[in-house]
Amino acid sequence: MVMRVILTRFCGLLILGFGLMGVAFGDTLQVGFVYVGPIGDHGWTYQHNKGREYLEKMLGSKVETTYVESVAEGGDSERVIEQLASSGHDVIFTTSFGYMNPTLKVAKRYPHVKFEHATGFKRVKNVSTYNARYYEGRHVLGLIAGHVSKSGVMGYVASFPIPEVVRGINATILAARKINPDMRVKVVWVNSWFDPGKESDAAKALIDQGADVILQHTDSPAPVQTAESRGVYAFGQASDMSSFGADAHLTAIENVWGPYYVSRVKAVMDGSWKSSDTWGGLEAGMVKMAPYGPGVPSSVRKVADKAVADIKAGRLHPFTGPIKSRDGEMKVPVGSVADDGLLLGMDFFVEGVEGSLPGS
Amino acid sequence: MEEILISGLVTIVTASCPLIFAGVGEVVTERSGVLNLGVEGMMAMGAVGGFAVAHISGSADLGLLASIVCGMLLSLLFGFFTQYLLINQVVSGLSLTIFGLGLSALIGRDFVGFSGLGFPSLFPDFLRDIPVLGRVLFDYNYVVYLSLLSPFLVSWFLFKTRAGIVVRATGDNAEAAHSLGIRVVKVRMLSIMFGGGMAGLGGGYLSVIYTPLWVENMVAGRGWVALALVVFAAWRPILVLWGALLFGGIAIIQLNVQAFGLGIQAQYMTMFPYLATVLVLVVMSKRSIFQKSPRSLGRLFFAD
Repeated sequence: MVMRVILTRFCGLLILGFGLMGVAFGDTLQVGFVYVGPIGDHGWTYQHNKGREYLEKMLGSKVETTYVESVAEGGDSERVIEQLASSGHDVIFTTSFGYMNPTLKVAKRYPHVKFEHATGFKRVKNVSTYNARYYEGRHVLGLIAGHVSKSGVMGYVASFPIPEVVRGINATILAARKINPDMRVKVVWVNSWFDPGKESDAAKALIDQGADVILQHTDSPAPVQTAESRGVYAFGQASDMSSFGADAHLTAIENVWGPYYVSRVKAVMDGSWKSSDTWGGLEAGMVKMAPYGPGVPSSVRKVADKAVADIKAGRLHPFTGPIKSRDGEMKVPVGSVADDGLLLGMDFFVEGVEGSLPGS
Repeated sequence: MEEILISGLVTIVTASCPLIFAGVGEVVTERSGVLNLGVEGMMAMGAVGGFAVAHISGSADLGLLASIVCGMLLSLLFGFFTQYLLINQVVSGLSLTIFGLGLSALIGRDFVGFSGLGFPSLFPDFLRDIPVLGRVLFDYNYVVYLSLLSPFLVSWFLFKTRAGIVVRATGDNAEAAHSLGIRVVKVRMLSIMFGGGMAGLGGGYLSVIYTPLWVENMVAGRGWVALALVVFAAWRPILVLWGALLFGGIAIIQLNVQAFGLGIQAQYMTMFPYLATVLVLVVMSKRSIFQKSPRSLGRLFFAD
């Protein structure tokens, strides 16, 4: 672990050095990005980088972007953000939860620079926050799984027991149980966002115990690949992963940051930028469903498409009461929907989830 | 239930392979008196080289060969630093890991997002169809059998052949070996290359066979576990095999236990290999029945 830290620091500084050489001063707007992982992770950072590329494509010569990858959360990130701010960047996107306090500290020293922090919740005059409502997409995954699963058991390769992940698991099983009330989901924590070997092992264990649809909240395509080789279904995570399992891949929830980045940078250009909190889902286009695989029959496609349309139109909320925790406690009463506070702090499993929830 | 046990056993064996390869290779390196902490980096290079060549050539075998070469090339760099420039081995090894991880990421950029080729089992279908035993014994590809065999071959080499004695003599007392006319630097360079090739193969196994894909940092700490394994096994190749199966087994059982719905905190399981290693070190320091580390381990040598 120590090595990983040293490595990321080392690489971060090197790349920062090269990146900053390319910064020119002039009429173009300078946009900086700070990434927590490598852009080659085919997951979280990969998608943010695609957003950056989209921004360059849409705004052409009006913007110039710089990115620094594999920046460790904490003190290092503060230095990197400060470097970007002091070298003439007008907008800086910091794309990991752990950059929250460093971003705020730097923002205080550079009041004329605009900051955008992903997945955080603290805002000041020149710091906005943004995140995506993946649970809307996971509702659709749950519906599809409820239809195509024969064993009635889903397997969930989970990373860490944080509200974001717990919310995804609950959204999936709640939707699946609308189709098949006996549906269950087995959860295995691999304690890593990224370890292809371990993710694959977890998927194998789940398949061995009867799961015939594999879901994941980890970043590598290994679980999809494992599902393909074992002849069961799977959903991709963050990106379309169909190239890793043509038959297994039912669909995926894709993170799409490009349009948001364009709108925010444009707002800076025309002076309308204000500190705001964005939590967009399917309707905002921040979450997108990947094309259906051959395993999704046309009747199920209709159900899934309708759910997407209903969520977009606001007719359907994935967390509509009655929702009880699996201990029997009523969390969302009949006729109401979960508020964002409950969603952001979700620390309970609903009925149908099997497996421990560490720390609860 | 039976199905779960069989399948779990198969997963344990296949998940342990990279640890066995890297661990056995490092045993030889350390037996010659060289401590190479760059296993993680060499595995990463093996993984990216193996995947890249398999992807371009369409041949998984060629990919595995390339992974061995990549691991070896990186270890040559380490050998040059420590044997010729006489730079501290710990520093060189750590640098090698940093360098290997960074370089593999750079090379691998164009290979992210592709799925690799399948890898066939060695034995024909009718053998695999034998109930229970068929799957446990015959359902692997030849690389798995090679990894299970390698500890025995290396053990025979180290303890039964003259060349093996030379390697151990170099590791136990380089000066004495030198005065007997053994070319210490040459022996150590060869041992370092063997360790590099085996680590590379372990990485290649991951990216070509186990999860046929390339993503950055996909070795995910297995190099460090292999290093712990060498100490755990008291520098004995056959104990490396059992240790790898034990470490791999605990990890797989833990995942299966979770899927059953029993709660054990996963962090304890992640700690296990290192705790076990510390425990073995404590036991070893008390008793002399176990051989201790090669006496020249980590010490630089130069002929006057």
